Amino acid sequence: MKLGIYPGCSLTGSARDYNESVFAIAKACDIQLEQVPDWNCCGATAAHNMNKELSLSLPARILAQAEKAGLTDIVIPCAACYSRLMVTQHELNNDPVLKNRISEIIEMDFKGTTNILNVVQMIDLYVSPVLKEKIVKNFSHKVACYYGCLMVRPYKVLQYDQHEDPQGMDNVIRLLGGTAIDWGYKVECCGAGLTMSKTEIVGMLSGKIVKDAARRGAQAIVVACPMCHSNLDMRRPAINEYIGEKMDIPVIYITQAIGLALGIDEKTLGLQRHFVPVKMAEYIPPVPESKKQKAKEPTNTI
Amino acid sequence: MSRIGVFVCHCGENISATVDVAKVAEEASKLPGVVHSVDYKYMCSDPGQTLVKEAIKEHNLTGVVVAACSPRMHEPTFRKACAQAGLNPYLSEMANVREHCSWVHEKSEQTTQKAFDVVRTMVSKASNNAALEPIKVPVTKRALVVGGGVAGIQAALDIANTGHKVILVERSPSIGGHMAQLSETFPTLDCSQCILTPRMVEVAQHPNITLYTHSEVESVDGFIGNFHVKIRKKARSLDEDLCTGCGLCTTKCPQKKIPSEFEQLLGTRPAIYTPFPQAVPNKPVIDRDNCTFYKTGKCKICEIVCPTKAIRFDQEDTILEVEIGAIVLATGFDVKHSDFFPEYGKGKYKDVIDGLQFERLASASGPTQGMIRRPSDGQIPKKIVFIACAGSRDPAKGIEYCSKICCMYTAKHAMLYKHKVHDGEAHVFYMDIRAGGKMYEEFVRRAIVEDHVNYTRGRVSTIYELDGKLIVKGADTLLGAQSVEIEADMVVLATAGVASEGSEDLAQKMHVSYDQHKFFAEAHPKLKPVETNTGGIFLAGACQTTRDIPDSVAMASGAAVKVAALFSSDLLTREPIVARVNRIPGPSHSTCVGCFLCQPVCPYQAIEREDIKDRAGNIIKSLARINEGLCQGCGTCVALCRSKSIDLLGYTDNQMHGEVLSVLEEAFV
Amino acid sequence: MSSASNHEIHVDNSLSGLILKHTEVPVQKCYQCGKCSAGCPVVSEMDYPPSLILRMLQTGLPEMEEKVLRSYSIWLCLSCEQCISRCPMEIDIPKMMDYLRQVSYKKKMVNPRAKNIVRFHKAFLDSIRTTGRLSEFGLTVDYKLRSLKMMQDLTLVPSMISRGKLGFIPEMIKGTKEMAKIFAKTTGLKSEEEK
Repeated sequence: MKLGIYPGCSLTGSARDYNESVFAIAKACDIQLEQVPDWNCCGATAAHNMNKELSLSLPARILAQAEKAGLTDIVIPCAACYSRLMVTQHELNNDPVLKNRISEIIEMDFKGTTNILNVVQMIDLYVSPVLKEKIVKNFSHKVACYYGCLMVRPYKVLQYDQHEDPQGMDNVIRLLGGTAIDWGYKVECCGAGLTMSKTEIVGMLSGKIVKDAARRGAQAIVVACPMCHSNLDMRRPAINEYIGEKMDIPVIYITQAIGLALGIDEKTLGLQRHFVPVKMAEYIPPVPESKKQKAKEPTNTI
Repeated sequence: MSRIGVFVCHCGENISATVDVAKVAEEASKLPGVVHSVDYKYMCSDPGQTLVKEAIKEHNLTGVVVAACSPRMHEPTFRKACAQAGLNPYLSEMANVREHCSWVHEKSEQTTQKAFDVVRTMVSKASNNAALEPIKVPVTKRALVVGGGVAGIQAALDIANTGHKVILVERSPSIGGHMAQLSETFPTLDCSQCILTPRMVEVAQHPNITLYTHSEVESVDGFIGNFHVKIRKKARSLDEDLCTGCGLCTTKCPQKKIPSEFEQLLGTRPAIYTPFPQAVPNKPVIDRDNCTFYKTGKCKICEIVCPTKAIRFDQEDTILEVEIGAIVLATGFDVKHSDFFPEYGKGKYKDVIDGLQFERLASASGPTQGMIRRPSDGQIPKKIVFIACAGSRDPAKGIEYCSKICCMYTAKHAMLYKHKVHDGEAHVFYMDIRAGGKMYEEFVRRAIVEDHVNYTRGRVSTIYELDGKLIVKGADTLLGAQSVEIEADMVVLATAGVASEGSEDLAQKMHVSYDQHKFFAEAHPKLKPVETNTGGIFLAGACQTTRDIPDSVAMASGAAVKVAALFSSDLLTREPIVARVNRIPGPSHSTCVGCFLCQPVCPYQAIEREDIKDRAGNIIKSLARINEGLCQGCGTCVALCRSKSIDLLGYTDNQMHGEVLSVLEEAFV
Repeated sequence: MSSASNHEIHVDNSLSGLILKHTEVPVQKCYQCGKCSAGCPVVSEMDYPPSLILRMLQTGLPEMEEKVLRSYSIWLCLSCEQCISRCPMEIDIPKMMDYLRQVSYKKKMVNPRAKNIVRFHKAFLDSIRTTGRLSEFGLTVDYKLRSLKMMQDLTLVPSMISRGKLGFIPEMIKGTKEMAKIFAKTTGLKSEEEK
């Protein structure tokens, strides 16, 4: 199975762990990931805040590059990039004049035919079907799946999952043998682009999220977006300041959760790169014993 | 040579604002056959009609073309005017220059030209018109009322009290409708059941009313005064004549945990059940989907305990066929439920309920005996948030209209709660308070001022659950859209009222038009609110749009009067717009070749076989003949006839060709 | 009868008219239910909640429009799209905010409290303009120089390095010339610099 991938800038830097875990689970499930050649930054929040044409041209170039390379399906692990590229393709496909104009700007043909997948869609299509046979350890944890904004909104464009109560990651966690809690901040914003310029606001927004997950007894917050991850993990000092208490609930990527269940070692999954220490692996009992230990820990089997 | 008068109406400014009416009149006067042409501000007014009448006499007109609005409203007006002036009414025509022209175009030369083109085609048609005589048909003086809520009950009683027979058909096992579910009613807070149940009993006992519950309309054929209706009487699984309604079966049924529809799923019922104790008729019905016997072949406890041996497991649906003169549709409405709102939990929070559920909680006969207890744990909620406009006025959810009843019942709910739970807090989120009605505004003020219900102007963004509380996040738009967060024990959504399930299906059976929300369409929004576009079918209550009890009852009485008026004469006058097979002298008698292809396509079964016999009684030719009493003038047979032997009176091939040619002539000049 | 009236929303030179023209977002449709403000995650920090911004624009009064363009709110908006996902009138507030920010920036009316947000956006765009990809290190340094917030996040740097999360050398893409062209055509940035 071969898929295109657009990693986006953070996956080469602060979200290196995400990148590593995406590639690790892809490898374990025989998915070949081929990068979009010579990809550029999608422009993220900055571009559409400042300049509309720029905010459409940057993603359009990426998509045009993918088209040129014959990559019909591309997976975009970063939720922000996923949203930007989906919105761009949608807007340009619905406005032929604008499409021409942007094609002229990027000096490339842009057809708008790429099938764009977020990471959970990739998992649903190519990982979940083979999970049962490949799991070596149950991921027997109670976790809060956090989707944030950009994986589910704007829902009329993305058309992914139930936008108020998405279940994509929850279902994956259940497949892994874990429990996904129902909580109040699944799709609330973490503060995203204000991480540098208004860190105290990010502390407040992310703080509310961490607090709600922790008080409902989640052992970890599971994410699928590098921005959410860095706000909930790296910005933990600001969060702690807002809450007035030191929170030690770790934040892991959904791909890391899968990786742990597949028996991939922590280092390959980049877990050592987190700011809030992740000690998930220690709790995980091997599958055959999971039934025996059931009395000790309330776990779900697959 | 025809002598035609053209009368161009300004319709106030509706037409004259975009069409140069004087020019249209002037140009029309030059058309062949036109001997008189004028324009006037309101042609439908009395002076306007007088203009037409006087012109007919003065110019000895043989045809009239009124260039004005759609014929729907005023064609009868001008036909009557013509008749009064001694001209056959079917020699007048309407040229629709309002809906087809002035309302849909900007002011321009072309708009005026188009108006003139419309007039020209109708002048051409009018010059080919022939005098027609109305058709008289007999009337069956028996009415059918569909739906046994308060509107259906009122309509049935009013019609029955004029001395005519009524058949009342209700889908569920009892009449009563939503009103039977309500606790107390605004603005007087009188008990809903107390005022409704006597009416229900009256229906059951009225000598002129035949009641079929657990029944549905299967099909409707025919036309005003002469409908042929099939009613499916669903199997109740018991002999209604033997059943005394003692209720022993319902207490002994081993299935007890079936969610009760009447209790809005907040209570349970057995598999053999009457929806509520005051049900009319007070005879149970077996819910075969949930009955142990129908599922496993064993049980029959109800049969064993029944003292009159009334249970009939092998009973089948029966189809009744009845002749009906007029129909009143009173099929009511439904409400959206909490699962319609993703942002309010999509039904996953047990304590987020809809207004009808709250009615059951507040009702003395409800699942909590009138104590306000929340569904999740039966606790008495100390803080309730009521959310008005839940789904209503929400185009994003596909419902742009105001449901009209929610402002009032929300005020009532909050008030009832405060009366029952004295230390409770009631919060209402609203956008506008629409309390137009007698004593309505006063009622809402009472809730706010006397009962201390806390009203906040703003919509709720989201609800989530935390430690058994519902966190309601709203805003106070009167405080600069400041955030308001309330930890509530229960949330009541005043969910949008929608057309009742199956109304689209029923409308199609009845040939009644309906709007985009599947509410039945009235014939005219102001002047014919209870009529439909199908003659002899009337509307009552919330099937036309959501409305409260007083409005529903008033409308039902209105519909009843329409039925009574229809039944007041023995013969009915019908439009002579019917199809006719041509007849010519023998030996051919008609160009009809007797292929009878027209017969199966006629939706009204109006085409019969006519045998032409010689003096000795031998059949020499078989022809199609159209029963003018049944024909509705749809024209399907005309289009299909291969030998062009059928013509639609008033719309003959000749007339239609005249219209088309007059357009083409101009186009090719 | 209302059918005679024209249902098209009137476009004029007011700010709401310009919004409609450039973004197709119909400000006049707002009936002030406040659902956007109720769900906005940053409303507590805003000078005007989103529904109030809409109301101010609806008035069409120049002084109100100026207040909007000078507001902190338009820069604080996170484009999290929660408002549009719940708006009963489907008014695309984030799209409107994008436009308001662009106008506010062009007209040099950026709220003083939002200067750092703008600096960050500019630093971000500058970073990708030259290399094609975002260099988080470069962005951080550049932003700090612009905002003079030298001390902020300084403690993070060593731990970021130890976790391999901060690359010092920016990744260059091959198509840097193409990127420069895209920026030049859309923002005119290059030509300004040449001057």
